[in-house]
Amino acid sequence: MEPFLELIKKPDNVPILAILFLIPFFLWLSYKQARQTDRTGVPSDAALNDKVYVWPYLCRNEFICAIIIMLILGVWSIMIDAPLEEPSDPAKTPNPSKAPWYFLALQEMLVYFDPWIAGVVLPGLIIAGLIAIPYIDINPKGKGYYTLKERPFAIGVFCFGFLILWIVLMIVGTFLRGPGWNIFWPWEEWDPHRVVPLTNVNLSYLFGIRDDLTANFFGFAVVAGYFALGPIFYFWKYKSSKFLQQLGLIRYVIVSFLFLSMMALPIKMILRLALNIKYVWVSPWFNI
Amino acid sequence: MNEERKGLKEKITNSDIWKSIFRHGYEDTGRRYTLQVLQNVWLHLHPPRISRHALHFRFTWCMGGITFLMFLVTAVTGVLLMFYYRPTGEYAFLDIQALEFDIPFGMLLRNMHRWAAHGMVISVMLHMFRVFLTGSYKKPREFNWAVGVILLLITFFLSFTGYLLPWDQLAYWAVTVGTNMARATPVLGHEGPFAPTDITQANDVRFALLGGTIVGPSTLLRFYILHCVAVPLVASLLMALHFWRVRKDGGISGPL
Ligand code: HEM
Repeated sequence: MEPFLELIKKPDNVPILAILFLIPFFLWLSYKQARQTDRTGVPSDAALNDKVYVWPYLCRNEFICAIIIMLILGVWSIMIDAPLEEPSDPAKTPNPSKAPWYFLALQEMLVYFDPWIAGVVLPGLIIAGLIAIPYIDINPKGKGYYTLKERPFAIGVFCFGFLILWIVLMIVGTFLRGPGWNIFWPWEEWDPHRVVPLTNVNLSYLFGIRDDLTANFFGFAVVAGYFALGPIFYFWKYKSSKFLQQLGLIRYVIVSFLFLSMMALPIKMILRLALNIKYVWVSPWFNI
Repeated sequence: MNEERKGLKEKITNSDIWKSIFRHGYEDTGRRYTLQVLQNVWLHLHPPRISRHALHFRFTWCMGGITFLMFLVTAVTGVLLMFYYRPTGEYAFLDIQALEFDIPFGMLLRNMHRWAAHGMVISVMLHMFRVFLTGSYKKPREFNWAVGVILLLITFFLSFTGYLLPWDQLAYWAVTVGTNMARATPVLGHEGPFAPTDITQANDVRFALLGGTIVGPSTLLRFYILHCVAVPLVASLLMALHFWRVRKDGGISGPL
């Protein structure tokens, strides 16, 4: 229990505690409005042509908002001091060494993928994917109001990525990771000498493949097969799905590639946690 | 008496000095409300009028504005902190300690800077979430969403470069862990896949970022300059572009 309380009390973790309240609050607020729209329909044009002067109406709101936020920030700054530990010492590595809290979801990915994927390729895909969103989401509905019914896929995928893969992993990294980057539950003591027996095996090994070359091809086939799910689905459903026809092949390839890349993380997590799989594909150049 | 005061007021507001500063009066008319926004450099990124629903907290959550406010707070407190801080291996930690113990309101200054920075990271994430949930990235706002994504990265990078400056164990190891990933950059990092053999620890991308093979005084100087000059400059330019685009893309999105 003690190490957990220490973590909660760390001043740099206050933002995460704030997020724990803010996210549910805003989820509730937007869900309420989405339900409302989905039940009564999108507000009519008449209500929208209702314009107001920025001065004083918007400026007043901005002013009040700024005052409230500055009050909160002021109280926060008076109550809680920014941390200052011992002077930096390259020879004294703390265990665990944690990145700032907003990078802990990335650090968490390092458990499941090699650094070049977790630290470079996946962040790159996140950025590219975020920028691509407006160009691959061709659904004209749901622009400028909250709704669930009109864009369930878009909202579902984004919420999964944002809430589970970003926020929850961040919280896990902050509060549950202890020495050796092992999971310690809140009620457990941190044991710096805990050794988790490494029984992880590669996927090919599980399938009884022992020689490297076959394992390499096997891994390649699995990964290629995984990403081929996208095109297969496309050709299977193309005829019957109006949505796919509108989306077009190029957009579809991008959507499916980004989606499958995103889902690779939870899949790898499940493989690791449930089956102790280390790598899916071991090649002479890289491992996935 | 009253007459006299009125006369005086008239005299002042009609003087050349007053009129050179204030271009319009303060009457309760739509024309004045419009001028108030159009003739003020700080307000003119706003349109004169907006649709009513954009005023509501429940629609925008105010999160874009709060992000900007947090940026302004860090800019002001950051400049003040720069008076007391020297980005060298010898002094950095001592200067932070001096801020805490010797300098009047130094601790408060440091706290405000740090918590505003954390607040900015929270609010920018929530702002992005809101923009997604309302589908506000859709035509014609695709490009502004892209500008926003870059701003999100810049916010992380600003916060990350600042994290090193106290030069304590927390700062040192957080940045060490964070920059270690650069070792594994494909082709350009010495531990990455497909790295040519002449890419070593001493000339890969991580070296370029740190100015050394480990986090050291030259890293501190690099991060200081990035944190205090280069990145805020880029952030300001992109924010100007972002706000301009919000307006040019038809104001805050709404169901039309
Ligand atoms: C430093 C960071 C940022 C600042 C200061 C900022 C500021 C703002 C402000 C003040 C608005 C007006 C509406 C509102 O308050 O919600 C706005 C709108 C917008 N922002 Fe940002 N923003 C930032 C980052 C982002 C990010 C990360 C994204 C998305 C990835 C984004 C995308 C947008 C879009 C698309 C709009 C138009 C919304 C609409 O029309 O409803 N911005 N931003």
